Amino acid sequence: MIENLDLGMVNWARAQFALTAMYHWIFVPLTLGITWIIAFYHSIYVKTGNEEWKRLTKFWMKLFGVNFAIGVATGIIMEFEFGTNWSNYSWMVGDIFGAPLAIEGIFAFFLEATFFAVMFFGWNRVSKGFHLFSTWMVAVGSNLSAVWILVANAWMQHPVGQAFNPDTARFEMQNFAEVAFSPYAINKFTHATSSSMLMAAFFIISISSWYLLRGRHIVMAKRSIVVAATLGLLASVFTIFNGDESAYEIAQVQPMKLAAFEGLYEGQTNAGLVAIGLINREKKVYDQQEPFIGFNVHIPGLLSLMANRSFGSFVPGMKDLVYGNAEHNILGAVQKMERGKKAVASLDAYKQAKKADDKAAADVHLASFNEYKEFLGYGYLNKPEEAVPPVALSFNAFHVMVILGSLFPLIFLGYLYFSYKGNLAEKKWLLGLGTITYLLGIMASQAGWIVAEVGRQPWSIQDLLPTTIARTNLTAGTVQTTFFMFLALFTLLLIAEISIMVKQINIGPEEN
Amino acid sequence: MNGPPEHRPPLLLRIYQFYRDGFRQMTVGRTLWKIIFIKLFIMFAVLKFFFFPDFLATTFSTDAQRADHVIDQLTQSAQGYTNPVKGERL
Repeated sequence: MIENLDLGMVNWARAQFALTAMYHWIFVPLTLGITWIIAFYHSIYVKTGNEEWKRLTKFWMKLFGVNFAIGVATGIIMEFEFGTNWSNYSWMVGDIFGAPLAIEGIFAFFLEATFFAVMFFGWNRVSKGFHLFSTWMVAVGSNLSAVWILVANAWMQHPVGQAFNPDTARFEMQNFAEVAFSPYAINKFTHATSSSMLMAAFFIISISSWYLLRGRHIVMAKRSIVVAATLGLLASVFTIFNGDESAYEIAQVQPMKLAAFEGLYEGQTNAGLVAIGLINREKKVYDQQEPFIGFNVHIPGLLSLMANRSFGSFVPGMKDLVYGNAEHNILGAVQKMERGKKAVASLDAYKQAKKADDKAAADVHLASFNEYKEFLGYGYLNKPEEAVPPVALSFNAFHVMVILGSLFPLIFLGYLYFSYKGNLAEKKWLLGLGTITYLLGIMASQAGWIVAEVGRQPWSIQDLLPTTIARTNLTAGTVQTTFFMFLALFTLLLIAEISIMVKQINIGPEEN
Repeated sequence: MNGPPEHRPPLLLRIYQFYRDGFRQMTVGRTLWKIIFIKLFIMFAVLKFFFFPDFLATTFSTDAQRADHVIDQLTQSAQGYTNPVKGERL
């Protein structure tokens, strides 16, 4: 029974997964993004034959190599955690994710293993054309290896193209294209990869700015900045547009997440987007407290526009989604729980009938289960308020991401403008800001994942499987031990990366 | 005057030499490979082996048993809902 669940275990398992995923995501975006930028540098070298571009390309390749080496396989730990801590979930989604993830892993491994070596070892040993092709293939392979894991994540947020099999307890894929090409998945992939490109551009800008401030490797730094800022500007603008598209998708399929990250308790027409506001952390969905503390500014109609592509449209708030809103034909968690409990009860009755070999009864219960199965997950909630995710964390993470994301194109534009004017090296204030842009990029990217993952709580699979049911029945102590082991391991690896990276940056391109 | 034709090693040998020479010329790469191997050893030989058994794979021997276990988890984990405002039990 749910009251016997060790919620401490669930929370520790979630914390462990968050730790692993956030650590993994320090390395992944840099790999995804910098491989494209390096491919551009390499292309310019091949086109111009200018040795400065070769030196520059080799230098950024080396830093990419450090990042890749420290980051490689950190994602595998998440797979361990699935099998140990989240065994119910792993079993239930195995049919959807298992084979594609394995195929993608093997394909990406061979693609990367082949072209990665040519990219690093191929200088003067293979033709320039094949060498350049290999560099582009490393970029393609790295980004391809992110496809299915992001599709999988999108599917958990919007589980389309599947049917639950009550005999095997598995979600089975019914329509591959629906899973792989759902708008949610496409937005997730494009948003993750374009934001990775801008993060990689900031990585290059941070280091190049530091060189310019120190008066070192000036030509290399300026050239690196021009290409990185151009690609970064394009990526940052694209990220804003597909971020808006993501918000629209969220409004359609996860309205509770949208309401939470905007702190919208009461549904509104012409709903405003919060520009400035301090969320009231103490407020509950059922009380009358103000959602914001003190001064706050909303941009009228913008949330409605974002959610429904119409200024005057109604955006449901958390109260509407918990208790229902007949006027706007919104089913609340209260009503969904009733149906969910019928789904669970039918599933149980079906199981008993099958055991008793009573086919007629089994068919009746199966039909009943199929009638209510889309609400299955709600059958496990103890109270409807559990359908609300942590509001303050979702709200703060979303606004950190949006504020930083809006600032990024301006920073890239600044770099391009002063590069064009030829006085970038004199703009110490911009270079000073530039040195921390990579950290800002990491903050925005991690905040984005917090919005995505915290904002969808309590679900592992939206509406179908709560996090509390996805877990393995372990004790909290077991997970705590490995949590702290990971913390130590990750800290050591991060220290190693930073040390090696700083040493290579200090050496600079001459020694390469 | 043309000299004797240059002998070109077979493809597999050239690939081998390509990798061998590449690894030999590595500088920071050697440190990185050491880190990779130590990390993989810790992950697979220590963490996976001692701390992260696949629960369903190690506890049950057949897929049917695993499915039954998960179905049991799904059907035993629900409970009645009491409306905190009205005190009604659904």
